[in-house]
Amino acid sequence: MQELKVNRRRFLQGSGGLLLGTLMFGSGPIALLAPSRSWAMEMHTLPSDVASQLLLVVRRIYPHDRMEDAVYAFSVKALDESASADPSVLPQLVKGLAELDALAGGKWSSLDENQQVALLEKVQHSDFFKRVRGTAVNSLYSNELAYEHFGYEGASFPKGGYLMRGFNDLEWLPAAPADASPSAF
Amino acid sequence: MTTYSFDDDSVVIIIGSGAGGGTLANELCQKGIPVVLLEAGERQSPATFINDEWPSFAQLSWGDTRTTSGTWQIAKDFPNLPAWICKTVGGTTTHWAGASIRLQDHEFRARQMYGEVKGANLLDWPLTLAELEPYYALAENKMGVTRTNDIPGLAGNNNFQVMYNGAKKLGYKECSTGHMAINSRGRDGRAQCMQLGFCFQGCKMGAKWSTLYTEIPAAEATGKLDLRTQAHAVRIEHDAKGRANAVVYADAKGQLHRQQGRIVAIAGNAIETPRLLLNSSSSMFPHGLGNGAGMVGKHYMRHTTGSVFAEFNDPVHFYRGTIMAGLISDESRLDPDRGFVGGYEMETISLGPSFMAAFFNPGAWGRDFTRVMDNYTHLAGMWLVGEDMPRDTNRITLSDTKDHLGIPVANVHYDDHPNDLAMREHAFKQGSAIYEAVGALKTHRVPPYPSTHNLGTCRMSLKEADGVCNKHGQSHEVPNLFISDGSQFTTSAAENPTLTIVSLAIRQADFIEQALKTKAA
Repeated sequence: MQELKVNRRRFLQGSGGLLLGTLMFGSGPIALLAPSRSWAMEMHTLPSDVASQLLLVVRRIYPHDRMEDAVYAFSVKALDESASADPSVLPQLVKGLAELDALAGGKWSSLDENQQVALLEKVQHSDFFKRVRGTAVNSLYSNELAYEHFGYEGASFPKGGYLMRGFNDLEWLPAAPADASPSAF
Repeated sequence: MTTYSFDDDSVVIIIGSGAGGGTLANELCQKGIPVVLLEAGERQSPATFINDEWPSFAQLSWGDTRTTSGTWQIAKDFPNLPAWICKTVGGTTTHWAGASIRLQDHEFRARQMYGEVKGANLLDWPLTLAELEPYYALAENKMGVTRTNDIPGLAGNNNFQVMYNGAKKLGYKECSTGHMAINSRGRDGRAQCMQLGFCFQGCKMGAKWSTLYTEIPAAEATGKLDLRTQAHAVRIEHDAKGRANAVVYADAKGQLHRQQGRIVAIAGNAIETPRLLLNSSSSMFPHGLGNGAGMVGKHYMRHTTGSVFAEFNDPVHFYRGTIMAGLISDESRLDPDRGFVGGYEMETISLGPSFMAAFFNPGAWGRDFTRVMDNYTHLAGMWLVGEDMPRDTNRITLSDTKDHLGIPVANVHYDDHPNDLAMREHAFKQGSAIYEAVGALKTHRVPPYPSTHNLGTCRMSLKEADGVCNKHGQSHEVPNLFISDGSQFTTSAAENPTLTIVSLAIRQADFIEQALKTKAA
């Protein structure tokens, strides 16, 4: 949750932009965790408009209809980190987005979802797409908000593992006999 | 803490602290033999292990660049990550899942039992099961393997329950929570398994055997072990008689050091071990140390693997509890009527969302992919692991790519043999049938992960021309050079290799002790 706080000084200095959003699912697992419906994520290098367009690209690459934008923002943050570490990244991202707009004959982001995906399929072998997808797959699914979304319970050691918390609570099939699966005690 | 001087030529130098090297180090130290243990990685502990897949991967894995070639899918999916192994004290025993199965008698005689297989270079081990059995027993006791030494089996988790019910529907007889080097009860100063579900990330309970917190501290307690971490071996040197006499290694800053020694044992995994030998060429050994027969690096094996994941209507929560919670062994038999020689095991596996996303269908995107991810809590999974064919064309060579020290990295070349493909197809079908028998909505065939079982690249052979070492892991060509890891395997067999690596290391320690007395090494 630390990531969602705006660093006020960084914001005022403003080398990068800011991703802002509102949680969509008021009773979803993430809203239950969040202190507020509004969220913001600061960018060090990506301008705000680039960041928000990339968020939509990632959402179209990995569409989870009930996943909050706040989770997708982690992938944009990972791209921002790449852009901060390597000056060739931002131009590549800007160019890739411009090519999507060119293919769209206007704003790619204004097309309907099917058309957006069709154009992404056209560019899926480009370095731009590979970077965005490759960064997204390793960041979108590897953060605590994503774990909440998928119902994954994350680190278990602090909770004493699953021995007393449902490692064998499946009820829709018969239990295996004791010779195949002995008691834990 | 024991320290030996760089010019102390009485020490045994062991390269790598995993299943082979860590065990060998302790066994020798227990016999009073001085050991310098070089480990390329840093030292972690159960307290520093991380219950989060990617951060843990960064902490433990061997991430140094390697290159790949060949028709195997890894070369396309993970061209610079052919292997999923570790660079840390304890090596891949920090990451392994604990399955501890003995090889079968017929698997030691693969050439004799399978006959000539076209396009493969099968060979019988110069060792029999009967010869290794006493060492298997020692290893099982040392590691605390369940269902041996009166240790109860582990309790199966939900993922196992799904596998078990499917296996019974298909008529399989050998399905249980198996032989695992994971404490089902507290033992040997280590805790009982609390079913954390993070076996791959280093066991924070210390319930799973790892040389990190068993063999290595035991060796340190003898006062005979000098463990040097972040010590990356770059070259083995020899004297005018062709005997190994020193190891040059780089420390964390890239500074080179030269440790003299009486014996050198390499246990750097079947990719780094041949790389080191090939990088140790000299005028006396122009093709690499111990490579007179040209066999170093050849016959790379990585098991015929794949996974089946299945989606169910009801929840499974397969990430809860041990990763390899149970297995089916019926298909590990030799039965060429199935269309292939050798056999395979089916073992439960689970991945967190991070690794599911990366490995489920590498490169995939769009709704077919995300729909499965959205069903994450309703997935069950199994890993298929079977014998692959040794081929002299599947091999480790030196790449044109160089590491940060300017030394050529390993290139890993692998082409699937038709036998491997036939076995994988059979295993995929059987794995899917198991889940369909208990109502799977959909099953998925998942391609191999980067290799954790790396074998065969310095294989044991009866004849010098056929391999790199003898049945004690002793180099055919350099008598005081030993191969102490899975590189020794003559064939891969179907079973997870760690128990056999540990057994061979215990046996090798006995041999080295004798050889030091009789000057046979």
